[in-house]
Amino acid sequence: MSVDATTVRRIAHLSRIAVSDGDVPHLEGEMNSILSFVEQLGQVDVSGVAPLTSAMAMTMRLRADEVTDGGDAAKVVANAPLTEDNFFLVPKVVE
Amino acid sequence: MSDLTDLTLAEARDGLRAKQFSAVELTSAHVQAVEQARALNAYVLETPEKALAMAAASDVRIAAGEAGPLEGLPLGVKDLFCTEGVRTTACSRILGEFIPGYESTVTARLWADGAVMLGKLSNDEFAMGSSNETSCFGPVTSPWRRDGSDAAIVPGGSSGGSSAAVAAKLCLAATATDTGGSIRQPAAYTGTVGVKPTYGRCSRWGIIAYASSLDQAGPIARTVQDAAIMLKSMAGLDLKDTTSFDALVPDFEAAVKRGVKGLTIGIPKEYRAPGMSAEIDALWERGAQWLRDAGANVVEVSLPHTQYALAAYYIIAPAEASSNLARYDGVRYGARVEGRDIASMYENTRAAGFGREVKRRIMTGTYVLSAGYYDAYYVRAQKVRALIKRDFDAAFANGVDAILTPTTPSAAFGLGEKIEADPVEMYLSDIFTVTVNLAGLPGISVPAGLDGQGLPLGLQLIGKPFDEETLFAAGQVIEQAAGRFAPAASWWR
Repeated sequence: MSVDATTVRRIAHLSRIAVSDGDVPHLEGEMNSILSFVEQLGQVDVSGVAPLTSAMAMTMRLRADEVTDGGDAAKVVANAPLTEDNFFLVPKVVE
Repeated sequence: MSDLTDLTLAEARDGLRAKQFSAVELTSAHVQAVEQARALNAYVLETPEKALAMAAASDVRIAAGEAGPLEGLPLGVKDLFCTEGVRTTACSRILGEFIPGYESTVTARLWADGAVMLGKLSNDEFAMGSSNETSCFGPVTSPWRRDGSDAAIVPGGSSGGSSAAVAAKLCLAATATDTGGSIRQPAAYTGTVGVKPTYGRCSRWGIIAYASSLDQAGPIARTVQDAAIMLKSMAGLDLKDTTSFDALVPDFEAAVKRGVKGLTIGIPKEYRAPGMSAEIDALWERGAQWLRDAGANVVEVSLPHTQYALAAYYIIAPAEASSNLARYDGVRYGARVEGRDIASMYENTRAAGFGREVKRRIMTGTYVLSAGYYDAYYVRAQKVRALIKRDFDAAFANGVDAILTPTTPSAAFGLGEKIEADPVEMYLSDIFTVTVNLAGLPGISVPAGLDGQGLPLGLQLIGKPFDEETLFAAGQVIEQAAGRFAPAASWWR
């Protein structure tokens, strides 16, 4: 499988990365180089194999459902580019 | 007194205990070495005042008889570890001047044990790279050079600041992280020792995430013993990381002198990749002989799915990265670039903040997870990952205690030699290390010799889950036989 310029633009949009017209050809080439490299996985017989999602078999630990942290609003927003009264500011989303 | 930066971490620890010098003297010597080595670009942030204050506090604790296991020992910290009140960037413009309000668990453990922080070390942007050339602070130069040449060599990556700083004696040891080889490959390239522990051994809490099912923290140090001392302090259960494993943390330092008598060491025939240089092949055989001479039984093993590991990795790691890096949106941290609406604000912010390799991996990951391709790429890669793990399980079930391989297919390459080429060319330098991350196993790289041009080469040992002790024991045998390696001259001063 390979990607064309339209697909590169679609993937860039899904990735929320702006690309200029000048970026598209080299991104297309690089992504196709990676995709053709990984193509070899098609040779492996994976019938009956369950996908491995966790390297170590472990059961999820549970803890009591209680508040263990919080009350640090000023600390949470300390690195934000725009804030007001400990809220993050974003461009208007709902008219 | 000889230069205090020449000491190993163990020697410095013992010297402090014996009151041969103070923690402030030891730290001052390192602060000076760091200042003199700016040509290497290993540190992206120097914290000398903090270091000296921590060292002074260590001297008080030493005098009071309250010294911790790492009391007064100056370390470098990869810029992927969040350090409270100290700028942390993952070497990406998108984090800008991010100042964490919290400390990563691994570094918190080091400071609790008395260690001193010298500063933050460079890495490839978000740990994505194999040469430290994708850092937004510019490339790091290795202290090593080819014989008779002053051409700049890469220190490996992604923990290239850590490997260069340890090799150039700009800290006694450093923290690092390894997702596909990012501790072991730079260690091999710089003649240092690097340990990627078992997945779950060290907490990932507070470490900036790349590919969460593969990321593990570990040390880079100048000797096997030093790496063992570091790992003991870094490891342990942390309830803040759900994948942190509740396993006993043994006295790794005690395991160093254990020897390999009676152990079975496997040599995977599939690692004899086509086109492997005679030099690497000879190094590998020499390593096997050293282990045989020390009483180990060396046998051939088969890991048939090895050849597919790199391809599986370059689906799984970008997929996880595309999800992990979704958080960089220009809202909560970093620099924001405005747009006509919120979506274009995200797009402009991320276009300006991420470097080329990071964009490439996010987009590859987004593609392999997108509707219609998920099963063909991502699910298939996870199935191949299961087969890779099964290969190792079978080898260990047959009585193999550890597996010996070269760490890298060649010595370090020159700065700029691969970064402009096809990205797959760069990926190939991790061909012997990625399997270990996919299977969640521990691995160590130990310096084992020099190539024909005078650059260091490493051997890798791969162990059973949570059996880092055997790796330290076998690594020590290699270190003793091979000797230790340091750059010929401190040309950067």
